Amino acid sequence: MTNESLSDFPLALEGDNMPMVSFRKVTKRYGDLVVLDSLDLDVAEGEMVTIIGPSGSGKTTVLRMLMTLETINDGVIYVDGKPLTHMPQGDRLVPASNRHLRQMRSNIGMCFQHFNLFPHMTALENCMEGPVHVLGLSKKEARERSEELLEMVGMADKRNQHPSRLSGGQQQRVAIARALAMRPKVMLFDEVTSALDPEVIGEVTNVIRRLVTEHNLTMLMVTHQMGFAKDISDRVCFFYGGRIEEQGTPDELFGNPQKERTQQFLSAVKEAT
Amino acid sequence: MSYFEFLSQYGDRLASGTLITMLLTVLSALLAIAIALAMGLMRLAPNALIRGIATVYIEIFRGTSLLVQLYWIFFVLPLFGITLEKFTAGFVAVGMNLGAYGAELVRGAILSVPRGQWEAALALNMSPAKRMLRVILPQALLIMLPPWGNLMIELLKGTALVALIAVADLMFQAKQINGSTFLSAQTFGTALIVYYILARFMITPFMRWLERFMTRKLGRA
Amino acid sequence: MFDWRWDFTWEILPRLVAATGNTLMAAGFGYALAVVLGLVFALAQRTPYRALTLAVRETVEFIRSTPLVLQIFFVFYVGPQFGLRLSPWTAGMIAIGLHYASYLSEVYRGGLESVPKGQWEAATSLNLSTARTYFRVIIPQALPPSLAGMGNYLVGIFKDTPMLSVIGVAELMHTATAIGSETYRYLEPYTLVGIIFLAISLPTAAGIRIFEAWVRRKLGMS
Repeated sequence: MTNESLSDFPLALEGDNMPMVSFRKVTKRYGDLVVLDSLDLDVAEGEMVTIIGPSGSGKTTVLRMLMTLETINDGVIYVDGKPLTHMPQGDRLVPASNRHLRQMRSNIGMCFQHFNLFPHMTALENCMEGPVHVLGLSKKEARERSEELLEMVGMADKRNQHPSRLSGGQQQRVAIARALAMRPKVMLFDEVTSALDPEVIGEVTNVIRRLVTEHNLTMLMVTHQMGFAKDISDRVCFFYGGRIEEQGTPDELFGNPQKERTQQFLSAVKEAT
Repeated sequence: MSYFEFLSQYGDRLASGTLITMLLTVLSALLAIAIALAMGLMRLAPNALIRGIATVYIEIFRGTSLLVQLYWIFFVLPLFGITLEKFTAGFVAVGMNLGAYGAELVRGAILSVPRGQWEAALALNMSPAKRMLRVILPQALLIMLPPWGNLMIELLKGTALVALIAVADLMFQAKQINGSTFLSAQTFGTALIVYYILARFMITPFMRWLERFMTRKLGRA
Repeated sequence: MFDWRWDFTWEILPRLVAATGNTLMAAGFGYALAVVLGLVFALAQRTPYRALTLAVRETVEFIRSTPLVLQIFFVFYVGPQFGLRLSPWTAGMIAIGLHYASYLSEVYRGGLESVPKGQWEAATSLNLSTARTYFRVIIPQALPPSLAGMGNYLVGIFKDTPMLSVIGVAELMHTATAIGSETYRYLEPYTLVGIIFLAISLPTAAGIRIFEAWVRRKLGMS
């Protein structure tokens, strides 16, 4: 990316309507394959945005870029007004240093499809790991915080179990507690129910539902569960071919989709379930 | 001379040789572990120079023979002003050689920790050092323990070569006794059996125990 | 490098290169013996006779767990005690061949066990003879997973040949030591030995990897 193109982007976002997350003309390529094509997407503070779409549409990439698990080829991402992928140097933006990335990452938490709990730590130790070793909390503080969160996700009684002794649904709930223990401003849920047996999906979605109603977290979620998306989202974005084909409130998008591709996708999903 | 007479006469020397062999094994194992960790991690470093140093080290020590390395360290290094006493030269050579093989085990084990573990550690905003130390290495350790068991046997066998620079280990004692008695079957046979006992009934059970211990400790029961 | 004498290097190089021929020959003969004996060991462990299986298994364990250099001494010196005199070459080949046969038998065993049980059942259902089952069905499938191990041990046997110098086989290490004791110069001969070993083992290892990939492609298994 050339510095000229970067000069089109502001050093920071300000104002009353400042979005918590803002993608500006973000492009991601793997070789010749364009995964995301000049994406513009704003998420307001406290908003719950769900991303749906066929596989290969780039929806998971959106979350992974926000977590800095993927680099981007063009554009800038802002979190809480500050550039995530870049940092100001003088009067222009330059690619972010590792230090800047670490600073910015503290705003974001993520839950994964395959939970990715640390197998050599108990549920409680998983939750305490970040607070103690990244945030520098005392063990006592971290334990209190973690136990509270495990209580909230209904896993307090299993806190001393290792992940190998927990079901998928239980592991995912611990993973949610682990991410929340870092007190992120933005939470990302990447197909968190896709690897679960049908009968335990509810215990995970209930936890997320509670987060939406009781907390003012900004959330982005990729899911295949249309019913759940419809229930809890403030806004739903339908991704197709690396761009947002259509977006709107759940009622608009599910009730009255405008674009043909959206209609096709939704009816195909409906048939499958 | 019956075998019992043979043992009562030469048992002491064989026993003292066995002790030296065990000491050599422990010292070179410690050195091999340290080198394997350092070189294995360096092989994965983002810096090309550091990676290159580790690659050259590993290729040189795996590409030539332990015996060549031992002779080089003992006979040639003094020409560069580094004179090692023969016992030290012995375990340093064995440790450096097996460390190169161990480095590949370390590297392989680290790479086989699932990618999701790296990503989860990153999502918790852990520093690269913490990610490695607290998340990846403990899991890699469990993966690489079984092949390290084989490597430890190779290491024990490797120590026998130090007899060739006259370190008084089990192999050396057997050679000396054979030289004066020509009771080859008794001397070399006894030494073979002692090596076998060390490998099969000490190193292998210890490594198995270590595997079980680590599995329990890391909560993978 | 200080004190390195090029004239001396050129003087001794021909002798070392000639000795390299002996080293390669020792590795080649030893490996050929190991490849065949190893297969015998592996197949002996698959017979229905429990006692034979157990005996071979323990022998393999024993050989694998004890130092090769000691085995070389054992084979070389024990014969004369009972009136059987072996030349250094013969004793060396027997020792190194047996040692690597025990390694290779484990490689074969792993390869044979990697063939799914269904392949045996399919062969039985077609009423193929045992020999035909092995040669047409099982071994072609067991081979590719064994190749990496076989290649490693080919390089391994080559690197272990210096141990034959202890009973006087005139291979590379033996020659270098002889030069050293004649001239009191060890820097050049031992360093050259190291370089010659690297120059052979690194390309061989690379070649084996290429060969392995080729066989996999050839058998349509990748």
